[in-house]
Amino acid sequence: MSKLPLRKILGGTAATAMVFSLAACSSEDSGGNDLITYEIDCTQFEEFGDLSGTTVTVYSSIASESEAQPHVDSFAPFEECTGVDVEWEGNRDFEAQMPIRAAAGNAPDIAYFPQPGLMGSIVRDYNDQVVPVGPTAEANIDQYYSEAFKAYGTVDGTLYGVPVGANVKSFVWYSPSMFAEAGYEIPTTWDELMTITEDIAANAEGVEKPWCAGIESGGATGWPATDWVEDMMLRTATPEQYDQWVTNELAFNDPVVIEAIDKAGSILKNPDYVNGGLGNVATIATAPFTDAGLPILDGQCWMHRQASFYQANWGEGVTVAEDGDVWAFYLPADSVDEHPVLGAGEFATAFRDAPEVHAFQAYLTSPDWSNIKGQTTPNGGWLSANTELDPANLTKPIDQLSYEILADPATVFRFDGSDLMPSAVGAGTFWTEMTSWIANDKSTQDVADAIQDSWPSE
Amino acid sequence: MEWLLKPDGAGQEFLVMIIAIALFASVMALVLFLTDRPNMPRWVPIVGYLGPAVALIGFGLLFPALTTVVNSFQNRTKDAFVGLDNYAEIFTNPEFIRVLVNTALWMVLVPLVSTALGLVYAVLVDRIRMEKVAKTLIFLPMAISMVGASIIWKFVYEYKPPGVDQIGLLNQLLVTFGAEPQQFLLDPPGNTFALIFVMIWIQTGFAMTVLSAAIKAIPDDIVEAAQIDGVSGIKMFVYITMPSVRPAIIVVLTTIAMATLKAFDVVYTMTGGNFQTSVIANEFFTQSFVRQQPHIGAALAVLLFVIVSPIVIYNVRNMRISEGER
Repeated sequence: MSKLPLRKILGGTAATAMVFSLAACSSEDSGGNDLITYEIDCTQFEEFGDLSGTTVTVYSSIASESEAQPHVDSFAPFEECTGVDVEWEGNRDFEAQMPIRAAAGNAPDIAYFPQPGLMGSIVRDYNDQVVPVGPTAEANIDQYYSEAFKAYGTVDGTLYGVPVGANVKSFVWYSPSMFAEAGYEIPTTWDELMTITEDIAANAEGVEKPWCAGIESGGATGWPATDWVEDMMLRTATPEQYDQWVTNELAFNDPVVIEAIDKAGSILKNPDYVNGGLGNVATIATAPFTDAGLPILDGQCWMHRQASFYQANWGEGVTVAEDGDVWAFYLPADSVDEHPVLGAGEFATAFRDAPEVHAFQAYLTSPDWSNIKGQTTPNGGWLSANTELDPANLTKPIDQLSYEILADPATVFRFDGSDLMPSAVGAGTFWTEMTSWIANDKSTQDVADAIQDSWPSE
Repeated sequence: MEWLLKPDGAGQEFLVMIIAIALFASVMALVLFLTDRPNMPRWVPIVGYLGPAVALIGFGLLFPALTTVVNSFQNRTKDAFVGLDNYAEIFTNPEFIRVLVNTALWMVLVPLVSTALGLVYAVLVDRIRMEKVAKTLIFLPMAISMVGASIIWKFVYEYKPPGVDQIGLLNQLLVTFGAEPQQFLLDPPGNTFALIFVMIWIQTGFAMTVLSAAIKAIPDDIVEAAQIDGVSGIKMFVYITMPSVRPAIIVVLTTIAMATLKAFDVVYTMTGGNFQTSVIANEFFTQSFVRQQPHIGAALAVLLFVIVSPIVIYNVRNMRISEGER
């Protein structure tokens, strides 16, 4: 998949650009500041000199007001400290527009990349425009972020992106009350998960099935299936093999990858296990991913593997909590000792070498910003991997659970592979071939061969 | 004056729009006023009147077209020429061949079927009592945007498993008559025909309207002469109506053929080009903007241009001939 999660929720149909800027005065009457109870120390920005009156422009794919305003609000303490005016510009068409702006020499000061793959190709193609992360921000990342997050912001040995958000994808959504009534415990190993699956399948009636899934997402149809395969890669292969796989050092049609796809197929292509409330296996291809988990609410489906951001899709009046209507458990690995986690996140890259830009990146990497951003996001759906983030500042339980998983020292975090692959694969054949794999029952070998053939040679 | 560059809210945006239009109009008025004065050399008014249009066409149409042609012979990063490699890819990769075959199906079926249906319908409803109502019904789809029509038909084709309430009209009909619901948009090659049907549904109204006007323009004396000679029914249609509206049929066929080649909306909205339903126009978009393969996208765009050119040329020549007849 290759979209920012927030975009996924909103769907990618409207390509309309929405621009709104934050004038220095408007932050006071936006009302967002009332939420911030967190004090920040303004002296940390003294090293950058007098910045008042300067402007930093931020370009992002986060365009809807409900998603963008929390970001804009979270910059207010920085603006008050330094006098810098941060201007936010959101455009749903970011992935297509950003290369065009870079090519035209019209890059923003800071761009929020939802995919490290796209960031890497921009850094390589327009190396004279990008600015490496400054020493203060880099020191912050070393101190407050795991090595994995630093690595995903690094291109060819130089740190270009600072992490500005994260999400966890290795979740299985379920109904706590259904599980309690049937006497099921939360599975902690893959075998336990499959035992529950078989038990549900044996007792299911009518359209009821243990799993439900949907991969339809307009032009991005197929991405949820790629997430499945990536999660399986982390469970059947080693993390090192996963890293080799995303760079094609390990061929896409290698037996290791075939095994991972087949493991996803052991659920997704088993007619006894899918597609709860929605029909047969092929309906996965046409079911919109936004609605595919909803049969859980009707008792027609028991489990739905989808990322933490799916909390926004349950609709009005549905409580997302451990004792609520729906909740999620960690998609288990073969043993309880292994703890691989698939996730994603955004990275902010600078395109102008100026003290105010470096100061802004330093602010974004500080624990201050992560804690304030949690407070300015009352509807949840955001978290960062900053180790100093206090989970109490995150408003939604699922975000807190995601943060606990990310912060767990046993966790082996890996970034969504399709976001790291070249667009021709990660936003192309990986999506379409997985769609054919489900819709037209194309064999795993043929799918893997076709994706390998499409890998760009350059 | 910052609001001029960064308007805030609808009011300011409208104001900026009005100022921009006024600015454009005054510049044009000035150019025309200066070039239209007497005693100017002949080339001045020519440049004044044609210059802006030629400059805009050159900048907005010719320049991108030439760039696209050049890109289609280059590699992805546009730093080396690769000859015909991109075209070879299009004509050898089975996925792209599927796209070409689909496009051919669209090209043949949509113009022929919608023109034929439109012609038959126009003849059938000609001079009946409910003609206006009957024609409005067929013309309505033409008034809906292609994306709107596609969404409507996506609902018509919607699938729910047996045992669950159907929300798609077609599957509800199947269930009512005791059949299994079908996934119309999923299984090739049937799904391509399901999409083509939507395009025909849209275009038939256009064909019917133009052809109906052409039928009404057939001189009464010709029709009466034929009737006196004892021609009626099918014979009247074959010997009088068809030859008389032939120029109109050609215009309709070629116009629909061109609209069909550009049929991006229906495919993008209904299947996103998945399940082997993609056509050139959709594939060009996907390759260029989603998969970051602008070289393949450029080659597809050039191919589309090459296919559409003969139709345009034929159309223009035909118009010249029929104008010459007058």
